Amino acid sequence: MEILQQLLSALPGSVSQGLIWGIMAIGVYVTYRILDVADLTVDGSFATGGAVAVVLILDGWNLWLAMLVAFVAGLIAGAITGLLHTLMGIPPILAGILTQLSLYSINLKIMGKANQSINVNKTELLVSLRWVKEFAFHNPIITVGIVLLLLIGVLYWFFGTEMGCSIRATGINQNMSRAQGINTSFNQVLGIMLSNGLVAFSGAFLAQYQGFADIKMGQGAIVIGLAAVIIGEALFGKIFKNFALRLLAVALGSIIYYIVIQAVITLGFDANLLKLLSATIVAVFLAIPYWKRQYAAKHVRRSKGGEKNA
Amino acid sequence: MLDIINVQKTFNPGTVNEKKALNGINLHLDDGDFVTVIGGNGAGKSTMLNMIAGVYPVDCGSIIVDGVDVTKLPEHKRAKYLGRVFQDPMTGTAADMQIEENLALAARRGQRRTLRSGITAKERKEYQELLKILDLGLENRLTAKVGLLSGGQRQALTLLMATLKKPKLLLLDEHTAALDPKTAKKVLDITEEIVAKDSLMTIMITHNMADAIRVGNRLIMMHEGRIVVDVKGEEKKKLTIEQLLQLFEASSGSQFTSDKVMLSK
Ligand SMILES: Nc1ncnc2c1ncn2[C@@H]1O[C@H](COP(=O)(O)OP(=O)(O)OP(=O)(O)O)[C@@H](O)[C@H]1O
Ligand SMILES: [Mg+2]
Repeated sequence: MEILQQLLSALPGSVSQGLIWGIMAIGVYVTYRILDVADLTVDGSFATGGAVAVVLILDGWNLWLAMLVAFVAGLIAGAITGLLHTLMGIPPILAGILTQLSLYSINLKIMGKANQSINVNKTELLVSLRWVKEFAFHNPIITVGIVLLLLIGVLYWFFGTEMGCSIRATGINQNMSRAQGINTSFNQVLGIMLSNGLVAFSGAFLAQYQGFADIKMGQGAIVIGLAAVIIGEALFGKIFKNFALRLLAVALGSIIYYIVIQAVITLGFDANLLKLLSATIVAVFLAIPYWKRQYAAKHVRRSKGGEKNA
Repeated sequence: MLDIINVQKTFNPGTVNEKKALNGINLHLDDGDFVTVIGGNGAGKSTMLNMIAGVYPVDCGSIIVDGVDVTKLPEHKRAKYLGRVFQDPMTGTAADMQIEENLALAARRGQRRTLRSGITAKERKEYQELLKILDLGLENRLTAKVGLLSGGQRQALTLLMATLKKPKLLLLDEHTAALDPKTAKKVLDITEEIVAKDSLMTIMITHNMADAIRVGNRLIMMHEGRIVVDVKGEEKKKLTIEQLLQLFEASSGSQFTSDKVMLSK
């Protein structure tokens, strides 16, 4: 009973975190699912978003303007990865790792140190974990929830435009896209930019929420993003067909991820092993479609009986 | 008009895998010409189409489509002038997008992709009408994912996409080869219909000799990266498979061999 109470009391925090990371996960969805590229830039650009926002807010900038600049910083980070890939022919995974590593230095330069705190008592912020249980408009669940829904709306619109459709086509079939006059290199850069813009935006929220930006805040972000995408698809894939709903599923996946993590911690799981747990879960879920195919292929071969090489 | 002037292409030059795929191709087509291309394995047929489409850069020579020198243009820019259908039905469409979305992508070939809507209500009606002509039952499945279609349906759709925005030149690379005979015939019929309707300048690679002779107003045969036989007009109409093989042997100095080409019907 006590555990249940603990869980319930932790729920608003988990939901807030899940919502903030949901924006990040939607960014991952843009590259991983739409562009069909695994982009590791995000571990760096997430922290970049947090660092930029915190530094600008401490400097007295308008909060939303600081968020916008964080978004733009993410766009730039994505552009670097995109160009490393399309202009210099570096495989996307490696391109992302190179940018991510560079961003470590850049993030240090932005903050001037490895960790920059921002105190909600001294500085006005958009979101803070202090407010998670307040029944008010500035409760992070409401603020981030509204922003998240707006973002889903904008993305739904964008991926329905001529440009958005051409990005989707690029992710599905590059040969066909080029044959239809689509500049696939440009679209890849654009998609990776958009993804990292969202990721940095999410990082900017998280830094305010937790009251500091940290050089390591994006470590393993890609795994959390993927986990959210996979959980969302596993639970809602069958019922959510519409594109906007699929993005919503990713956000819900992220919320569920944080609730589960919180539950696991409350039940006494060693918090040091959390990342190992996350990685394992993601690895297993990534393997499932592969195993399914293998199983299906074996089945087909059997039922054809001896007719191999047919 | 299409002019291919002394185009050469060697793959993997300077390595053990060096392969001279095109050995000085010269070809002039007039508007409305429909050329069929035949040749053995590795003769360079696909490479010729890929050079026109800009899949790989040429080593030397130039390619001029409708008065525009496209030799140095990247693939996506040349697409403005070209419609393409590939051998593999998977290649020509985006499987994970709807039929109407694929058509809408094709309708914007050669245009800048803006922030306007990717597909309009008016287009949907047009596509429905167009799909009716194919007579494959696709007109009621506009929002179905293309991945659900059969190979023949996908090729017919790709053909429609390639010609939705009237191309200067239509490139067909064995686009019926992966289909069963009945479906192949259907797709070829649709091809002839579409090409005739807009009198499209067309190059069609085929491995079916009878088709190559029957369809179009000109026939070329390729061998070791060269065009070795070129028959047009009345002469082509009267051509038989035996004559064609003789022509081939006379100009290439070798027997025609291919594991795919059907020498009879
Ligand atoms: N991308 C490539 N890299 C290396 N070699 C290639 C490439 N494309 C084609 N070739 C080689 O160039 C030669 C011509 O190939 P091409 O595909 O044009 O032949 P084809 O006439 O279309 O034959 P097929 O009837 O088998 O389709 C072949 O020897 C082929 O192996
Ligand atoms: Mg070929």
